[in-house]
Amino acid sequence: MLDLAPDLTQAAGWMPIVFLVVMGLAMLAYVILDGYDLGVGVLMRRASDDDKDTMIASIGPFWDANETWLVLGVGILLTVFPMAHGVILGALYLPVAFMLIGLTLRGVAFDFRVKARAAHKPLWNRLFYTGSLLASWSQGYMLGSLITGFADTWWTMVFNAVIGLALVAAYCLLGAGWLIIKSEGALQLQAVRWARASLLFTMAGVAAISIATPLISQRIFEKWFSFPNIVLLLPIPAATAVLFAIIFRSLQRLPVRLGQGNEYGAWVPFGATVGVFLLAFYGLAYSLFPWLVIDRITIWQAATAPEAMGVILVGALVVLPMIIGYTVFAYRVFWGKSTALKY
Amino acid sequence: MDGFDAFLLARIQFAANITFHILFPTISISLAWVLLFFKLRFVKTGQQHWMDAYQFWVKIFALTFALGVVSGITMSFQFGTNWPGYMEKVGNIAGPLLAYEVLTAFFLEATMLGVMLFGRERVSETLHTVATLLVAGGTTLSAFWILALNSWMQTPAGFEMINGQAHVTSWFEVIFNPSFPYRMVHMLLASGLTVAFLVAGISAYRWLRKDRGAEVMASLKTGVYTAALLIPLQIIAGDLHGLNTLEHQPAKLAAMEGIWKTEKGAPAVLFALPDEKAKENRYEIAIPKLASLYLTHSLDGEIKGLDQFEGKHPPVAPVFWAFRIMVGMGLLMLAVSWAATWQLAPWKKGTERNLRPWHAKLLVAMTFAGWVALIAGWYVTEIGRQPWLVTGVLTAAEAASSVPAPRIALTLSLYLTLYAALIVAYISVVFYLARHRKHADKPFGTGLEDTPNPVTYPQQEGAPHA
Repeated sequence: MLDLAPDLTQAAGWMPIVFLVVMGLAMLAYVILDGYDLGVGVLMRRASDDDKDTMIASIGPFWDANETWLVLGVGILLTVFPMAHGVILGALYLPVAFMLIGLTLRGVAFDFRVKARAAHKPLWNRLFYTGSLLASWSQGYMLGSLITGFADTWWTMVFNAVIGLALVAAYCLLGAGWLIIKSEGALQLQAVRWARASLLFTMAGVAAISIATPLISQRIFEKWFSFPNIVLLLPIPAATAVLFAIIFRSLQRLPVRLGQGNEYGAWVPFGATVGVFLLAFYGLAYSLFPWLVIDRITIWQAATAPEAMGVILVGALVVLPMIIGYTVFAYRVFWGKSTALKY
Repeated sequence: MDGFDAFLLARIQFAANITFHILFPTISISLAWVLLFFKLRFVKTGQQHWMDAYQFWVKIFALTFALGVVSGITMSFQFGTNWPGYMEKVGNIAGPLLAYEVLTAFFLEATMLGVMLFGRERVSETLHTVATLLVAGGTTLSAFWILALNSWMQTPAGFEMINGQAHVTSWFEVIFNPSFPYRMVHMLLASGLTVAFLVAGISAYRWLRKDRGAEVMASLKTGVYTAALLIPLQIIAGDLHGLNTLEHQPAKLAAMEGIWKTEKGAPAVLFALPDEKAKENRYEIAIPKLASLYLTHSLDGEIKGLDQFEGKHPPVAPVFWAFRIMVGMGLLMLAVSWAATWQLAPWKKGTERNLRPWHAKLLVAMTFAGWVALIAGWYVTEIGRQPWLVTGVLTAAEAASSVPAPRIALTLSLYLTLYAALIVAYISVVFYLARHRKHADKPFGTGLEDTPNPVTYPQQEGAPHA
């Protein structure tokens, strides 16, 4: 793969790799962080009115900062890989637009639902749900497009749409895991049931993607199923399967324990789901590297001038630790079971 | 012909989005500082009405901030979907500026917002004040970076072109390019004025509804005094900005003034219908030599007309009219805020020191006056830059994408519907919150919960309610 790379001792060689890692981590942070609050949004449709408020309260202080990771990820694509940015976003024009409309709807509904007149609250709740669903599904669709190299055939569109559904299920699993941590009583038990249903859909989705991806892309097939790669890579699907088993077992045991007021292991479903996301992300990164657009644009072809990358890198190295620091601070401030949101 | 249609639609779409977006950061930048002011007054004096004012306005702040965030995310994508040629040509400059905005400002304000809105009972009073300060600082820092980039596009400096791409020679010159200091000051004052009129208008609305407790009066005075203080500064800053435009973007200035032919002793055109085909003003009402006087400080100073920029000047009528709307709004703001200040002057005693009802109605009518002036002003500067995207470097047409017109038309109609609905919802909810605010002078922590629903706010006995 690195035979496509220029001299890696030069800035133009190694800097794009560094930024690919930063962009990947930003996108991963986005998918996990906004993933749980989007998931909570999708699940909200099935909750009672009181539970809806508690669910919103569990994501209230965080959703805004969570979405900023998306801006950072797409910002790096825009600023460091400008040559690929136009191609990718041009190809994803419609799903991007639908995602943005979804994110807009849910972002504003979050505030309007408690500020507008009471009679309108159910409408804003519905928009919050619809927006969350639309944004999640569009993101999955885009993920599918990325894997298929933005091909525009009927089959790839079906593939993309199915990945969209799988990502909705995975976000619901994350969201339910988050609710198990942040809520109590009936809602917490309800969250366990939601997690169980989401888990089945997520597992089916991940299996479908794993089978379909090598079939759809010859290049990815060769990358995975040649010797010795297949042996070295085997731990990824194996670990994923183990994590799914852990979540499954935890969800079976949790209701009894939580019923007794014992919170031990309440973190397991969320934590293990994050693990699944990490592994899936790693597998995806391995499949695609070093292409930004499969077989068309590598990270080096897309990168901006080294001096501009250097300026951004210095800023990122100074500021990113601070961002992580105060993000941890914010999560600590709102640690524990969520309470009603008060101004 | 298809290409042209897609280009036009992409322009309309981006203009619609950026117009919608700018409404909200303009409010959140200054409203954050107003909130900090309320908070500090409360900490210093211990008077509850300052905290009440904080708690009323922080709701509007949260709503405004959310609208700014979601429309801002849309913008970050539309740079690529609508103008791919932009980053390909000047990405080495625009990229780092945008990246610094995200890194230094977006995360800070978004993260601290959670603490500021919901963390007051979980952190110390001081830390809560610091969180408010950081949100205000973050919003302002974000304005710094984005205005640096916008100003660079107006008056590019500190770069060289190598193989068709811009490369930086001096970051200091890029950031502090010729128009940046003027635009930054002009925009921050615009933000301050928008919020001053918003606070004054909403407080006057509550005052008219006999909601006249200490909190409303404190908010009202804060809004009115701030407006009265800032508007003369804005007029001076605007004038200096105009002189800067004359020096660096004479074509824009000629369009603003409606001057078709280069002349000495140019008149100030008060009213006209600019005619692009005939290259002249129809039904012109003008004051002789005045434009030369205020632009060159000499009665016979020469002003370059649009004839000097054949084919490379912006469309005249929109720039000409937007400029007059902005200036007219500014003068109206001056009159209204000074008259209100006179009525509320600190040296007046007792009932003498009070707003007249007709004037309160005027303030209510001008609640969103800042938005009108703001949009008009941005149209002057952005349409005035055309046909360039980056003056002298890149035209908008060169940067356009090849997305087919029907797709743009589809998303454009969705965006427009959404934005129109959200603006209506925003304005009506702001007034709704003003109507359903419980009376001030209640101890902190009772009935202030934002959930489950603010409609459960108890109505003060005797408070008339429509």
